[in-house]
Amino acid sequence: MTTAPADAGVTDSAGFANSAGFANDAGFANDAGFANDADPMVPRRYAITRVRGDTRDTFTLLLDPVDCEPLTFRAGQFTMLHAFGVGEVPISISGDPRGVRSDGSPAPLEHTIRNVGAVTRALVNAKPGTEVGVRGPFGTSWDVADAAGHDLVFVTGGIGLAPLRPAILDVLAERDRYGKVLLLYGSRTPDDILYGAEMRRWADFNDVNVQMTVDNAPYGYKGKVGFVTELIARAGFQPRRSYAFVCGPEGMMRAAASALTARGVPAARIRLSMERSMKCGVGLCGHCQLRDLFICVDGPVLDYARVAPLMTVREL
Amino acid sequence: MTDIRILDPSDLGTLIAELQARGFRVVGPTRRGDAIVTGEIRSVSDLPRGIGDTQEPAAYRLTERGDGAFFGFAAPAQSTKPVFFPAEEVVWRGRRDHERGGHFTVERDTADAVPVALLGVRSCDLRAVQIHDQVLSHRHYKDAHYTARRDGTVVIAVACGEPAATCFCASMGTGPRPAVADPQTREPAYDLLLTEVIDETDHHFVVEVGTETGRELADAIQARKGTGKDQARAIEITDAAANRQTRHIDRKSVHDVMRLSAESPHWEAVASRCLACTNCTMVCPTCFCTTISDVSDLAGENAERHRVWDSCFSSEFSYVHGGPTRESTKARYRQWITHKLSSWEDQFGMLGCVGCGRCITWCPAGIDITEEAAALGRMSGLVSTQNAALT
Repeated sequence: MTTAPADAGVTDSAGFANSAGFANDAGFANDAGFANDADPMVPRRYAITRVRGDTRDTFTLLLDPVDCEPLTFRAGQFTMLHAFGVGEVPISISGDPRGVRSDGSPAPLEHTIRNVGAVTRALVNAKPGTEVGVRGPFGTSWDVADAAGHDLVFVTGGIGLAPLRPAILDVLAERDRYGKVLLLYGSRTPDDILYGAEMRRWADFNDVNVQMTVDNAPYGYKGKVGFVTELIARAGFQPRRSYAFVCGPEGMMRAAASALTARGVPAARIRLSMERSMKCGVGLCGHCQLRDLFICVDGPVLDYARVAPLMTVREL
Repeated sequence: MTDIRILDPSDLGTLIAELQARGFRVVGPTRRGDAIVTGEIRSVSDLPRGIGDTQEPAAYRLTERGDGAFFGFAAPAQSTKPVFFPAEEVVWRGRRDHERGGHFTVERDTADAVPVALLGVRSCDLRAVQIHDQVLSHRHYKDAHYTARRDGTVVIAVACGEPAATCFCASMGTGPRPAVADPQTREPAYDLLLTEVIDETDHHFVVEVGTETGRELADAIQARKGTGKDQARAIEITDAAANRQTRHIDRKSVHDVMRLSAESPHWEAVASRCLACTNCTMVCPTCFCTTISDVSDLAGENAERHRVWDSCFSSEFSYVHGGPTRESTKARYRQWITHKLSSWEDQFGMLGCVGCGRCITWCPAGIDITEEAAALGRMSGLVSTQNAALT
């Protein structure tokens, strides 16, 4: 990951030494020691191009770089998103790793976030053009290419689909390299379904077997009601030649992983995206430490074989 | 063959002046109020001469020694941790320009990188610095400020002759006499090692030279030659200090004991006494957890990001949307001691405890890491009752 700040992004020594102690307007000071190789602790400036409402509490932020190269990322990685003066939160990237606009320029950086705290509120309420800070990308990838030649089972619910979306798009970009592709998706209510139209397209045009369920249905709802993990038992895939990618709350992932292993999917082929408190994203702050792991650098995507023992002890 | 020199007490001032003349900021033990802390040493008078200490669970008192010893105390209240890793520092400063549509600029703060001379650093704390080097400086992502501050450090270590009742470095293999080399990097651990020798007629320091820089320093202050006999006397002093230590952790078994104890009922017993006050993590020389504090002015134009020491004992530490991962005190105590005595080894190749005993001294409830480790060892069945009785 290299970042070349735009021409005006280099501050001379006078700018660095000015009494206010700030770099001049265009951005990152070379003298401060991070212009050439991106300093992971310093946010790069992105401008909000659009905030798209997805559900009543979930929004997708489309960001374009102000004065740096667009970042490249691998499906499953996250960034630290910074609302100036408010704070910073780790958010998985939900866009297409190969995404381009119709003119061939890189697609905006996408993050789908739930409006649940001070930082996320500031982010989703920001007007287009507002600058936000981006650090990263950090963490491990779903590495779906490992599953070439196998069946793929994506198990997720609610906003958990957002971190999986880049992996699904990676698969769809080379759809014929894979066997069956299943997407088992659960949401609290039919109104909370994320990327509903896109999932229908995947089902209709990309040979994805999409199965949905909701926890609570209004009167007259015709779809399935129940937990997403209950779909695993009857889903049509060959367990011994499948990879599974699971993203959701820890209890849901535990239930999904045991349903998958019960059908015979090897634990080493079940990948989960773990969530822990994170402040730095680079393994230094200690917040996401889980026994021998730092989730931000060793994860967030981890094999079930590795994390299963860590998911059975309460409050570990 | 080690280069042995002898320093008289009057030479200490010369050594400090020599380090200052070479551009070093000299940092060492100094008295502040009723405690010995790590601070700036401007002259020899800043060293806590003639002062000793007594340390017990939840107790720390300074004493008058009456023998004029310069290093006649055990672990200072605070280690050298803040020298390279301050409790709070600015990561970057930013400014937003409202007239230009919320355009903001960010400038990385740079660490003041004046090279430090650690004077009188004890074996336990020196080992803690080596551990921090691995954690903060020798991984893929480095703490830039720590790395800058550690650059060019000169180490004038002190072999500890006065362990407190809370010390257990001997059992951790980290003292009281420091290893010649950092076990991870194989770099020399110190430039000079001083052992303070006081008897009825004489007060001097046996100096063991560890590096070429150390030799230059010794030459510059014209430290006279010593002999192997002097070194033997120094080793006698630290051997005696090791033998006087009463606490210990069985470092061979403790990694597995902690791993097996994840669901132990003993955590409830500790939690009933633990106040989750975070003292142990603040005085621990290896604890490195930090949080981010973003502060801004009222207009929202200027903002700063601060990196602040944090503690796994606070409920906010593990907070994610929906609540903390570790809600109970027992889970937080388990996290802390298990990281120190077990997962640290999986992550970094050594235990995260150096046996300085500060967490015992500064725990207001007197919770003793050695007792808790021993209790868990007995309950896990990995350590026999007979062995445990020795602790």
